Amino acid sequence: MNTTSPTSVQELAAALRDSTGTVAVRGSGARQRWGAPGAPADLVVDMSGMNRVVEHAVGDLVVTVEAGALLDALQASIGVHRQWLALDPPTRGTVGGMLATADSGPRRLRFGTPRDLLLGVTVVLADGTIARSGGKVVKNVAGYDLGKLFTGAYGTLGVIATATLRLHPMFVARRVVSVDTARPWSLVREVLRSAATPTAIDYDGTTLHVLIESSEAGVDAQAEGVAALTGGATGGLPSGFGDRPAGNDAMLLKLTYRLSALDDVLAAVRECASDPPLRAHAGSGVLWAALTPDADVLARLRAVVAAYDGAAVVVDAPDAFKQTVDVWGSVRGLELMRRIKAQFDPEGRMNRGRFVGDI
Amino acid sequence: MTDLSAPLAAIATAAADKLGADAVVTERAALRTYECDGLAAYRCIPGLVVLPRTAADVAFVVRRCHELGVPFVARGSGTGLSGGALPVETGVLIVMTRMTAIKEISVDDERAVVEPGVINLNITRAVADDGYLYAPDPSSQQVCSIGGNVAENSGGAHCLKYGFTAHHVTGLEVVLPDGTIERFGGLAPDSPGYDVVGSFVGSEGTLGIATEVTVRLLRRPETVQTLLAGFRGMDDAGAAVSAIVAAGILPSAIEMMDDLSIAAAEAAVSCGYPPGAGAVLIVELDGPLAEVEADLGAVEKLCRDAGAFELRVAVDEAERVAIWRGRKSAFAAMGRISPDYIVQDGVVPRTSLPEVLRDIAALSEETGIRVANVFHAGDGNLHPLVLFDESKGETDSAEAVSRRILDLCIEHGGSITGEHGVGHDKKKHMGRMFSDVDLDVMQLVRCAFDPDSLCNPGKVFPTPRLCGERPGRKTGVHPLQAAGVADIF
Repeated sequence: MNTTSPTSVQELAAALRDSTGTVAVRGSGARQRWGAPGAPADLVVDMSGMNRVVEHAVGDLVVTVEAGALLDALQASIGVHRQWLALDPPTRGTVGGMLATADSGPRRLRFGTPRDLLLGVTVVLADGTIARSGGKVVKNVAGYDLGKLFTGAYGTLGVIATATLRLHPMFVARRVVSVDTARPWSLVREVLRSAATPTAIDYDGTTLHVLIESSEAGVDAQAEGVAALTGGATGGLPSGFGDRPAGNDAMLLKLTYRLSALDDVLAAVRECASDPPLRAHAGSGVLWAALTPDADVLARLRAVVAAYDGAAVVVDAPDAFKQTVDVWGSVRGLELMRRIKAQFDPEGRMNRGRFVGDI
Repeated sequence: MTDLSAPLAAIATAAADKLGADAVVTERAALRTYECDGLAAYRCIPGLVVLPRTAADVAFVVRRCHELGVPFVARGSGTGLSGGALPVETGVLIVMTRMTAIKEISVDDERAVVEPGVINLNITRAVADDGYLYAPDPSSQQVCSIGGNVAENSGGAHCLKYGFTAHHVTGLEVVLPDGTIERFGGLAPDSPGYDVVGSFVGSEGTLGIATEVTVRLLRRPETVQTLLAGFRGMDDAGAAVSAIVAAGILPSAIEMMDDLSIAAAEAAVSCGYPPGAGAVLIVELDGPLAEVEADLGAVEKLCRDAGAFELRVAVDEAERVAIWRGRKSAFAAMGRISPDYIVQDGVVPRTSLPEVLRDIAALSEETGIRVANVFHAGDGNLHPLVLFDESKGETDSAEAVSRRILDLCIEHGGSITGEHGVGHDKKKHMGRMFSDVDLDVMQLVRCAFDPDSLCNPGKVFPTPRLCGERPGRKTGVHPLQAAGVADIF
């Protein structure tokens, strides 16, 4: 196995063009274990040398960054101008890794997921072809949006080399309304239907936290409204807010479902383990849980979320367990996805076997 | 039935048999109804029109087309402004206006499932009593269909804060170009696999036909405040926009109009904008009461500091509608001040707006062709209206000015289209924004969906690409062309 550490798009393209065999792409390695185990790689592309902020157009609230840049480093750089990239996955890692896995955090409730803030990309295909799509303006409908296709593709279509992203002004004030509950949905529903515009509504298995982040003038009235609705107390950000559930040798599951199924999905998870570590982005239809690896449990939970139009993905687990299950589960439109893969990477070099349907 | 080619006649017969005779149009006079969309400069009478009622109907027709190698184009309400629904003479136009059912509304799930012929505004109407809305609001929202919005990734005045169609579609049922029906995404978020929904939205009808769309519903904001500010000139108004953005305020809309646009709007609808204004800004803020009140105060001050000589805040819905009336009538109002006009749609980084507007003014001066500017200032989306008189032989000059404006957009790192799409009209400009390799790589997507190039052919891309050929390896003449095997049209 060879490793190449490009420092430019051209070097990255040359490394791919001049190589044969399977390729694995890595940034800081934060999500390297995610997805299916995949085939051994003949070449590892280490993106950590491509870590520059290429351009921060402050007045336009747009940044162009190389994919190997650490998310924290990017936030620090743009934070100087009281702006931020409104993505807060608890697994930090690189911008490229976050895009490739479409990773998100609690504030997706307000700002969406990486695909929603991605304006343009430069990608490199397995044969070294360099292509751009999108641009550096917020509004642009010229051509196909390759950024959306590559976001969440786990590197199987090619390498995201640089990304242009929309930024938001940094909020200046925060209130957190917290309330203990075993069945959070009715409270979540009340908050979603209220006049408040929280940036996140997260549930950790015991407590529901509603984040109000806005201008100084904007937060108090909203927090009071949410507290009155929920019977909650207003305070600061609890430690460990938004952390991903974890456990020794656990299987980390991401469950998705229609929003209103929150309590039913929670009940199903609690039937599988007593007091399991879990975290729900309760206003978004996403629940993360860390459970003891068990194929029957996985099958049971898949049946539950399927009834709510959702999916259960084993994001991480010990390799021995991953080998025994389909970590992705059944996927709609897999035939078409295989055709997309065949077009972009006909030899199946890129992150082979990491993605849905053994792509 | 008159003069149909054999394959079209076969499809017409099969479709009449399966879908009913009233679902098939073959008379030339009736076909002519569909010869263009909202961009009437391009016209083509379709070979055959079919009006399906179900996804199965659409799949049936597409499958016949696929078997016989007949091109097909989907059309919704026909309000598109780039010729994206321009028919193919030898092909079938599949008109989606009979698929108008709202199949499911679940406010608790913040989703609605609708058929593609549903009119944009009807979704908001259907959920208004629950206090919800469907956010994307193109100016044509009273007549445009969701299927067309999906094809074009439509925006609207409020997409500055709420985003485009792509941000509000979570699931699709699609008839693929081979006639199979597939579902992608759904009521739940983050469907595993490639983001086919995100790739399909904005693909301008070239990847298949959406037969069901799952959209996100948004809570209606607690309050909406609309401010009209009159400025002496565009520079002052532009400075106000920059100041608002720099202050970290995110209005739901910031619209700007110049003196020509104001004059046209006054002539058309007597909108009563501040007399003597060389530019007006419409700033709309929405959200929780206290937050909006504070932001409104800040915006008023920033406008005054930038030189606004008159500020009006709408006190009720009637006043809000009155403020918007001038802006919304602006395109149509051009008829009051010019016999002919071209609506352009380009984007520049917001900070380049003042410079680009000065360049447009200089261009106008130099050519004697007047340009009225109406635009979404918050996101740098320009809609210059190039005014001309065809009877005076100004058409060529006007088209040259319109083209030069796109040059300015490209030179400033912007886009040749912010919301109207590439369609037929702008495919010739794609090569100025993207390299051949970029375009070839985009077409890999098309080849995965539609290897035979039957689905809305001749749109978006300047030169069709033969599927199976790798991008980035072209040297000079296409190898098949050199060998006399194929021609590149």
